[in-house]
Amino acid sequence: MTTLPPYATNLERVWFYAFRVICGLIFLFLLAPILIMIPLSFNAEPYFTFTRDMLTFDPAGYSLRWYQDLFASDSWMRSIHNSFIIGIAATFLATTLGTLAALGLSRPQMPYKGLIMGILISPMIVPLIISAAGMFFFFSSVNLAQTHIGVIFAHTALGTPLVVITVTATLVGFDHSLTRAAANLGASPTYTFFKVTMPLIAPGVISGALFAFITSFDEIVVVLFVAGVEQRTIPREMWSGIREQISPTILAVATLLVVISVLLITTLELLRRRNERIRGVSAG
Amino acid sequence: MTQADASAGSTASSPTEGLVTADGVSLKRSLQRAERRRRLMAFLLVSPLLAFILIIFIWPIAQMMWRSVDNPQVVEALPRTLEALEEWDGEGLPGEEVYAALARDFIEDQKLPRIEQKAGPLGIRLNYELSAARGAVARTVGDVPDFEPPYKEAFLDAHRLWGSTELWRVIEREGRPLTASYYVAATDREYNADGDIVLRDENRRIYVPLFGRTLGLSLTILGLTFLLGFPIAYYMSILPMRTANLLMICVLLPFWTSLLVRTTAWIVLLQQQGVINETLIAAGLLTDDGRLSLMYNMTGTVVAMTHILLPFMVLPLYSVMRTIPPSYMRAAKSLGATPFTAFRRVYFPQTLPGIGAGGVLVFIIAIGYYITPALVGGQDGRMISNEIARHMQQSLNWGLAAALGTMLLVGVLILYWAYNRLVGTDSLKLG
Repeated sequence: MTTLPPYATNLERVWFYAFRVICGLIFLFLLAPILIMIPLSFNAEPYFTFTRDMLTFDPAGYSLRWYQDLFASDSWMRSIHNSFIIGIAATFLATTLGTLAALGLSRPQMPYKGLIMGILISPMIVPLIISAAGMFFFFSSVNLAQTHIGVIFAHTALGTPLVVITVTATLVGFDHSLTRAAANLGASPTYTFFKVTMPLIAPGVISGALFAFITSFDEIVVVLFVAGVEQRTIPREMWSGIREQISPTILAVATLLVVISVLLITTLELLRRRNERIRGVSAG
Repeated sequence: MTQADASAGSTASSPTEGLVTADGVSLKRSLQRAERRRRLMAFLLVSPLLAFILIIFIWPIAQMMWRSVDNPQVVEALPRTLEALEEWDGEGLPGEEVYAALARDFIEDQKLPRIEQKAGPLGIRLNYELSAARGAVARTVGDVPDFEPPYKEAFLDAHRLWGSTELWRVIEREGRPLTASYYVAATDREYNADGDIVLRDENRRIYVPLFGRTLGLSLTILGLTFLLGFPIAYYMSILPMRTANLLMICVLLPFWTSLLVRTTAWIVLLQQQGVINETLIAAGLLTDDGRLSLMYNMTGTVVAMTHILLPFMVLPLYSVMRTIPPSYMRAAKSLGATPFTAFRRVYFPQTLPGIGAGGVLVFIIAIGYYITPALVGGQDGRMISNEIARHMQQSLNWGLAAALGTMLLVGVLILYWAYNRLVGTDSLKLG
């Protein structure tokens, strides 16, 4: 199917090439919007289109002024700072709680597994606007609104389902006789966990943590409702950038975020390969 | 439950009955104890997260849903009036004793510290049901201590609305701790003069058309992601693994890129001075004043959301298509089927689980979407989430926001339940 057989009819020939062109266009639709922002972020003019200078590759049409703007701006720097603090704290909490829960859920003795699993992954299913509305009222009533702790807790709740799902998936292929063997040889449960279980499920835990981090890093709806000016994150700053004073600084931020996602994809792909190698089978 | 079973079981003679462990406990009992300990251990591992989610997530949502029926304002502000109103038959104006009770309620309320006064919330609450009611309360309440009997005339002089049977019917109806009125409003209905629930006038219906539009937009986006997702998922599935993985990056990069970045990208492309319009003008296909408005309308929402949700369709489709052996298609063709028939009768049915999984996923996400419609949707690209946010942040009608939110949540949960029946949560793949 990937090459045309010599006996193909004319119609088949046309379809063969037409299909590839269609697929090419769809891939273009997926990638082009993201890639087009990258050169535009080096625009020397405050426009969102390619200027004549840019199209003729005149160096005068390009500049780093929007990147300078970004790093000179207090509000952008604070939002970057906030995003990392909230993201890292939420990831740490979500990964710890989620991994423990996944270990419990994967034990055959776990009671009410279906119900509990349903509750634990509900933050992923409930529309964000509803989660945000609920948290808005609750956090106001317990003095967590407009605090870093409040946003961290909210993002932890939104991130845990991904940790639970990825770690549970890793534990499906986990050989429980290994922990029994460790216990048999006199290791304490804690020692067994750190020396036997943890190294084996590490790829799942790390990719779960990455999912949790990106969830927090990219989250905006809850931030809009729960955070104050002091807790503004990068997406929140972009939101007001788009709504109030749209300037190519946003494109500079967007470009940096695309670079971060490329790094994330690479990390996840390497983890997946490592996971496959360890098990010797494709985990899918 | 298990304990009851165990005691019932021990009366029957079983082969393990006679066996005891070293410390003299029967083997069966000892095993049960060990099992119980392991169950407890498993539960203890889950409990921190379970408690966290219940407190930080489930409880706030339950609390929010409660707001959609919670109705404390009238009951708290006018306890004496409501008691006096019990005698009222609902016809004509209530008697002097009701107005006297109302005066007492207002006077008592004025004595409270400002922050605890109930008249403000009462006015806002009544205003949801009857416009101008807020003004009636606000303008009267300060003057009540100076009122002289007969109170009825004093109230009627203070504001004409106190002489309206309709206002008294509203007070009587909403003078209960629970209300259905937010749901009545959320389904574009209202109470008529007889207290029956009727549809609003056609031009005042907002929410049902909005739910309809949200549904329509979600279905359109679902259809588009399917049309665009199916060919590329199929193409990747017939390529050798190495090439397919390379193309997969084209799907994963948008998937992992920040939502705001992707929305910004579409703003850059679609706006009036954006890349698409400028390119078309440069190519001579458009005149300068014939610029297309691609944004701040339904087109903007549909295009941007299709782009954002496409990976959610492609990923499950691809993982299903990878497992379909190519020999089936070859067999069908060798048995005389045309390529189209072979595709329709043999290949397509096997992709249905993937279509189901991707479709429900896209639909569930689309129906509750907020950010993209808010930024590129303009007026007619808005969805139900935007209306919930508006009531939360601007009109501050939290009861109505809660009612709309509850209806949306119930819809999504039903869809999710169907999704679970169809494919099971275990097959949820995340890239």
